[in-house]
Amino acid sequence: MTTSLRTTPLHSWHVSQKARMAEFAGYDMPIQYTTIVNEHQATREKVTLFDISHMGRLRFEGTRAVELLDHLLTRRVRDMQIGQIRYSLVTNVDGGILDDVLVYCLESPSGRNYFLLVVNASNRDKIVKWIQPHLADYPDVEFTDVTDMTAMIAVQGPKAIETCTKLLPPSATKLEYYNGKVTEQFGKPCIVSRTGYTGEDGLELIVRAEDANRVWENLLLSGRQFDIQAAGLGARDTLRLEAGMPLYGHELDEQTDPYQAGLGFAVQLKDRTFIGSDAIRSRKADGSLLVRVCLMIEGRRAAREGSELYDMDGHRVGRVSSGTFSPTLQTPIAMGFVPPALAAVGTTLEADIRGSRAAARVVPLPFYKRK
Amino acid sequence: MNLNLEKLFYCPTHEWISIEQVGGETIGTVGITSFAVEQLTDLVFMALPKVGQTFAAGQEFGEVESVKAVSPVYLPVAGEIIEVNTPLVDQLTILNEDPYTKGWIVKIKVSDPSQTSALLSYADYQKQCSSGH
Repeated sequence: MTTSLRTTPLHSWHVSQKARMAEFAGYDMPIQYTTIVNEHQATREKVTLFDISHMGRLRFEGTRAVELLDHLLTRRVRDMQIGQIRYSLVTNVDGGILDDVLVYCLESPSGRNYFLLVVNASNRDKIVKWIQPHLADYPDVEFTDVTDMTAMIAVQGPKAIETCTKLLPPSATKLEYYNGKVTEQFGKPCIVSRTGYTGEDGLELIVRAEDANRVWENLLLSGRQFDIQAAGLGARDTLRLEAGMPLYGHELDEQTDPYQAGLGFAVQLKDRTFIGSDAIRSRKADGSLLVRVCLMIEGRRAAREGSELYDMDGHRVGRVSSGTFSPTLQTPIAMGFVPPALAAVGTTLEADIRGSRAAARVVPLPFYKRK
Repeated sequence: MNLNLEKLFYCPTHEWISIEQVGGETIGTVGITSFAVEQLTDLVFMALPKVGQTFAAGQEFGEVESVKAVSPVYLPVAGEIIEVNTPLVDQLTILNEDPYTKGWIVKIKVSDPSQTSALLSYADYQKQCSSGH
């Protein structure tokens, strides 16, 4: 079975470290090298490296690339400045979420402008297929899936920037949050962005596949003074949950619209049309649709995905989409979907955890915010 | 007390049981193996049964929860719970440190001692673990 899985350029490093490996989105990925809690805390307190090369990276170049993306994405692209990055959504005609993405507006060293779309690994094939038929309408757009020829590394934690200062030019380590640029790492091309999926400060690096191991080793060396360590997808999940960030396939899917998911900030409807905009407009006004909430669960047992939620009269009102035991807060936390009337902060619900009920209190998003 | 791991019986689901004769009764002490503890990592919660409850062989009698997932714990042979290691609930580190002695989970009055013949020997269990399961 392992042979049929895709691997990242850093795969043999993970195996050499005896990481616990598992399939994720068709890739054989490291879940943990030590323990989830250890890697989670190292990210909150120091600095960790994540191999996120499985994320899809799609490049759009050409004068009409901006039009194509404006047609596909919930958030305006045409006013993006070089160096800006935006969180956005791809929706279907019904307003359901096909993927949540980062759009990078970049300039190559030769002065060519292009856009990069970083998509979920699990949605990469779907999104490529979704884009393909539209390319005919924008014949000058050069579309390239650059995932396999590149690698992506996240450096996350309070010491992430310091870790990178020796390896990257100051213009890269001084980037503002949600900005990125094409730069060089020891003479090799590298896209750096001040982004992440952990709730901590940090950078994400996109490098050529053949440079991945060298960059990874350099980062480990440079971060040694901060006790840098690698972290796996297990910690990535608990970190993003504490940060209140949705995960496709859990909080987001094709039946859920951006407003239900609490992602209204990533939608611009005014004076725009894009695929799904009409449906999203009418769904926005529909008060019957379930909405995402953050929940703190009483006790020590985690309410995990699929756990059903009840109101205080015992009516089933929704379900948990993600849940874990929060290593930072030392309490079970969850995200789930409930009717808007029960979504106010402070509302008490009950979660069914394998047959017994535990109080679930609606709390503000996020669970954890860095100081 | 130092248990001789080779004298224990094991389940494919990573429980162990030691058997002793006490005043004409067959008493079993049940826990989970160090392999299981290592696989689970980051333990946060344990649900234990009550004294007096009876379970069939292979029936779930408790659960152990880690940050990543929850795993049921199964009784290796049928029996009645006669003692529960309650301090475990508040000190799951005991399981990490000492899963075979201080980390025992329940003691049972074994209903049918012959059921141990269906369990794995130490050698067979080791073989299963070394294949990664």
